[in-house]
Amino acid sequence: MERILSLQDVRFTYTPDDADGRHAVDGVSFDMQAGEWIAVVGHNGSGKSTLARLMIGLLFPQEGTVGLFGDTLTEDNLWEKRSQMGMVFQNPDNQFVGATVQDDVAFALENNGIPFEEMTLRVRDALRQVKMDTFLDHEPQHLSGGQKQRVAIAGALALRPRLLILDEATSMLDPQGREEVIRVILELREKTGLSVISITHDLEEALLADRVVVMNGGRKFAEGTPQEVFLKGESLTALGLDLPFAMRLSALLGEQGIGTEPGTMTERKLVEQLWTLRSNR
Amino acid sequence: MDIALEQVGYTYAAGTPFQKQALHDVNVRIPSGSYTAIIGHTGSGKSTLLQHLNGLLKPTSGVVRIGETQVTKDTKGKQLKPIRRKVGIVFQFPEHQLFEENVLKDVMFGPLNFGVEEEEAKVRALRWLERVGLPEGTAEKSPFDLSGGQMRRVAIAGVLAMEPDVLVLDEPTAGLDPAGRKEIMDLFYELHGQQNLTTILVTHSMEDAARYADHMIVMHDGTDVLQGPPGEVFADAERLGEWRLGVPRTVSFQRLYEEGAGLPPGPPALTEEQLAAYLAADLGKGGGAS
Repeated sequence: MERILSLQDVRFTYTPDDADGRHAVDGVSFDMQAGEWIAVVGHNGSGKSTLARLMIGLLFPQEGTVGLFGDTLTEDNLWEKRSQMGMVFQNPDNQFVGATVQDDVAFALENNGIPFEEMTLRVRDALRQVKMDTFLDHEPQHLSGGQKQRVAIAGALALRPRLLILDEATSMLDPQGREEVIRVILELREKTGLSVISITHDLEEALLADRVVVMNGGRKFAEGTPQEVFLKGESLTALGLDLPFAMRLSALLGEQGIGTEPGTMTERKLVEQLWTLRSNR
Repeated sequence: MDIALEQVGYTYAAGTPFQKQALHDVNVRIPSGSYTAIIGHTGSGKSTLLQHLNGLLKPTSGVVRIGETQVTKDTKGKQLKPIRRKVGIVFQFPEHQLFEENVLKDVMFGPLNFGVEEEEAKVRALRWLERVGLPEGTAEKSPFDLSGGQMRRVAIAGVLAMEPDVLVLDEPTAGLDPAGRKEIMDLFYELHGQQNLTTILVTHSMEDAARYADHMIVMHDGTDVLQGPPGEVFADAERLGEWRLGVPRTVSFQRLYEEGAGLPPGPPALTEEQLAAYLAADLGKGGGAS
C-alpha cells in the first residue's frame, strides 16, 4: 500500500512568540494509505481545522513533519503537492468563481494550462461523477446548497486529485443536501478508489469512514475504526461530540430495561434486534 | 403579541423582467406565547415570510398584523420602527453582522438605536452577555478576536438586548458543533419560558421542530400548506414527502419498527426519550402494556 499522507509529531501554535501559548495542534501523528477514507472529528476549537490547514500547506508546523505522497511538505514542493489534492470547504457560497456551473469547474483547469479539448472532457466527466451534468449552463447562485457543494467537488475532481480533503463540507447544508453530498462521495470512492479525508463534526458521516481520528484540545484523543472509536461512548459525549442516533437510542432503551448488543451503530441493526426481542417475548 | 398574515402575497422586482412571485395566498396565525416552527424546502418561501414578520418586507398584497399594528403595501417606513423593536430577528450566521470595535458597543448598538439611554443600554448589554454564557471580560474584547461560537453568542445577545416580545430565529445553529447547537437551542427554549416570548424558529431540522415547537407552519411553493402541532404535522410522512420534507429521525425509526412488527402507526415520537418509552411499552418493559 502506498502511503498518501503521514503526520509525524506535528505541533503548531498561532502565537509562536508566547512561550506559554496554547498549541492548536499538539504532537499529532497518523498515516493514511491510498484508497482510505479518514474522518477527523472534534468539536469547534479541537484543532481539527488547523490540522486541515497543515495538511494542505496553508500552515507549516513549528515542530514535526507533514508528509504528502512520499515527501515532506516544504515551501518548495508545496505547489507540486497541492496540484495532486482537491479541497472543498464549508461555505458553498464562498468558493464560486465561474458564471456558470461548467465555467466554475473549468476554472482550476484553465489555471493549470490544460488544453481546451481535454478541459471540456474533464469538466463533463467531473460533473457526471457528481450527477450535475445536466446543469452545465446553470448559474451557481440558483443551485441548492447540496448542488453547490457537488459542483465544488466536481471542481476538485476535474484536477484528477489523488487525495480529496473535505473541510466541514456538509456542515452548512440541509439534511437533503448533506445526504446528496455523502452519497456522491461514497459512490466516488467505490468507483475510483479516491482517498478522502473528511473533517467533520457529524458522527453519522464519520460512521462511513474506514478510520476515525478524534481530536480534542489539539491532541489526538482516539483513533480507530468507527466501531472501535464509538465504543468509547460517554467519553466522546463529554468532548461535545454527539453519538450516532442508534447508539443514543440504545442507551435510552437500556435505561428502560431493554438490553441491546453493545456497539450497535446503525438503525438497521438496532431495529432488527428489537424485532427479535419482540418475537421472543 | 399575536401575528397574523392574511391573504399575503409578495412579488420580488415587480414590473421588471426579473419579477418573481415568492409568496401567494399566505394565511397564517402565530399565537402569542407560542413556540412556532416554520419548515419548508429551499425555495418554499420561508425566508421571504420571515422578512414580513418585522416589516423588513411589506406585502405586495394582503395584510400582516403584528399585535396592534397592520402592515400593508401602503404602510410608511417610519411606522415600522416600533415593530422592529418588538420583533427581534436572529438571522443566519448573525456573527457576519458584528462590526463594532468591542463587544459591549456591538451589543449596545440595537438598544441605543431604539432610544434606550446609554447607561441602561450598557446594563442590558452586560446582562445579556452573561445570560448567553459568555465569560466575564468578553465585553471589552474585539468581536473579531472571539471564536465562531462566541461571536454567534454576541450577535444573539445584541438581539436579546433589545428585549423584544417576539424572537425570530433563522437557522440559529447552522455551522455549530453538536454541543454548541444544543446549548444555543436550550438557551432559546429557556428564554421562551422565562421571558414570555413568542418564539418563531425557521429551521431545516425536523428534530429541532419536533423537540421545541408547540405549533408548526409548513411552507411549500410560496404558500402555507399545513399548520398544527408537531404531533399532527409529523403524523403523515407521505404528505410531507410530497413537499420534499422529511420526518424527524425518531419518527422514521418508529415507522420502520412498526412496519416490521406489523403494528399500525402510533402517534409520532417527537423526542428520543418518547421513542424509547414507546418502544419499551411495546416490548412490555418500562411500565407499558402486556
